Amino acid sequence: MSSNIDLDALYRRVIMDHYKKPRNRGILEDGSHTINMNNPTCGDRIQLTFKVIDGVVEDCRFEGEGCSISMSSASMMTQSIKGKKVEEALKLSKVFSDMMQGKEIDEDLDLGDIEALHGVSKFPARIKCATLAWKAMEKGLNEGEQE
Amino acid sequence: MNIQDIRSQFPILDQEVNGKPLVYLDSSATSQKPIQVIEAVEKYYREYNSNVHRGVHTLGTRATDAYEGAREKVRKFINAKSIQEIIFTRGTTTSLNTVAASYAAANLKQGDEIVITYMEHHSNIIPWQQVAKRTGAELKYIPLQEDGTISLEDVRATITDQTKVVSVMQVSNVLGSINPIKEIAKIAHDHGAIMVVDGAQSAPHMKIDVQDLDCDFLAFSGHKMCAPTGIGVLYGKKHLLENMEPIEFGGEMIDFVHLHESTWKELPWKFEGGTPIIAGAIGLGAAIDFLNDIGLDNIAQHEHKLAAYALDKLSSVEGITIYGPHDGDKRAGLVTFNLTDVHPHDVATVLDAEGIAVRAGHHCAQPLMRWLKQSATARASFYLYNNEEDIDKLCEGLVKTKEYFSDVF
Repeated sequence: MSSNIDLDALYRRVIMDHYKKPRNRGILEDGSHTINMNNPTCGDRIQLTFKVIDGVVEDCRFEGEGCSISMSSASMMTQSIKGKKVEEALKLSKVFSDMMQGKEIDEDLDLGDIEALHGVSKFPARIKCATLAWKAMEKGLNEGEQE
Repeated sequence: MNIQDIRSQFPILDQEVNGKPLVYLDSSATSQKPIQVIEAVEKYYREYNSNVHRGVHTLGTRATDAYEGAREKVRKFINAKSIQEIIFTRGTTTSLNTVAASYAAANLKQGDEIVITYMEHHSNIIPWQQVAKRTGAELKYIPLQEDGTISLEDVRATITDQTKVVSVMQVSNVLGSINPIKEIAKIAHDHGAIMVVDGAQSAPHMKIDVQDLDCDFLAFSGHKMCAPTGIGVLYGKKHLLENMEPIEFGGEMIDFVHLHESTWKELPWKFEGGTPIIAGAIGLGAAIDFLNDIGLDNIAQHEHKLAAYALDKLSSVEGITIYGPHDGDKRAGLVTFNLTDVHPHDVATVLDAEGIAVRAGHHCAQPLMRWLKQSATARASFYLYNNEEDIDKLCEGLVKTKEYFSDVF
């Protein structure tokens, strides 16, 4: 008897690649702002440092502890917002949130590696793992805007 | 103890999860409920649902008798002297908060000490942090040994004549270690402190005699011992409870109410403001009957055996780290572990696909997680309905997890 859960839909190769070889891991010493966030129900935590110049995310790094989904999602998030305008990054966060809720996504959008996280929406217990880095990014950039 | 027969009394166990027979290894979070408990609660709602301690109608009397009958069952279950010492609460958290907010807040002052341990659950840490902040008392921690046990030398070194409250869990929900409560209570009393016991992980699994332990307060939850959620118990020595103020005020707990003053009912009802958790208490009574029929000593023995078997089997899984005492006799029926290079959430997800339910996370014990230098761990916990086959399946699941993750890497 085989399980009717398709783990491969969750643990896609590109996700595991980001988990094993995280992009933009570390701390920006010359960052313009920092945000810490954790998931109190499971113990995952993340720290993001940004360098925002003239409304553009010039650089972003993450540091943290968590499962393969939360860490790979953080890696992908940093990769996808680098070089983007703050409002574009925030828009992408909304798209990601919709994707996690299983909503239809505009097919013309090029999501790059992020698309691989689509399968997480089928694992309700793991959605919070995937969204941690994005929520932190949203909060960090919004707070940074106000400064 | 016929495990097959016991299993058949838990309807929930007879199902498939994700296409696999359910292997429930999360009883430390909450236990499953036997048919006797489900039926007792259903019978109350179907046949005699009524409020208690008010009115004279027949259903009300039946409900009151059943509710108070459950209190007597709890009294016997922990060998308290009187039903006046048994307060129904929402669970262990509420029970511990009651002791902190009522007893400790009124009796502690600057310079006094509260002593707990590094292994406590958040519900036995935060109420004391709050009392310490409010009263100026100091919160102190008994350190842990390498294997996650407490040494009495450390207990003696931490408790002083300034200590007014010592509060310790009887069984760790992470390490599985069983703490020497009776000895710690003796040391606490020698220094004039009271002894509070968090029995959330012990009451379901071993015989507790509050007179033998000589603890001043004992807190535990129904839902971890086959009863419904939302019902728990606070045991307290009568002379202490008598001198404590209620923390919830309203219906049910009053004697006379005047315009500017009121007086309280006698024990235990002065601590049970509002309509009580009637169905929950009746369910707890049924759960106690069920556990007594099997025998707490038999249950404890069965779980020690499972713990020893699990320690032995799990040790053979490559790359596993097991936390807590490595001696099955010294620990309760749970095993907390991590696999190298696989985060516990990922372990739990792969096991879930195999129908195996385990807990992954910080287990509401963040200070202990920091002591273990882990942000999270996985935990398999056992109860009277688990058997060696469940543990075999867990091991197979863990081997699969290892393979799966070494494959994707």
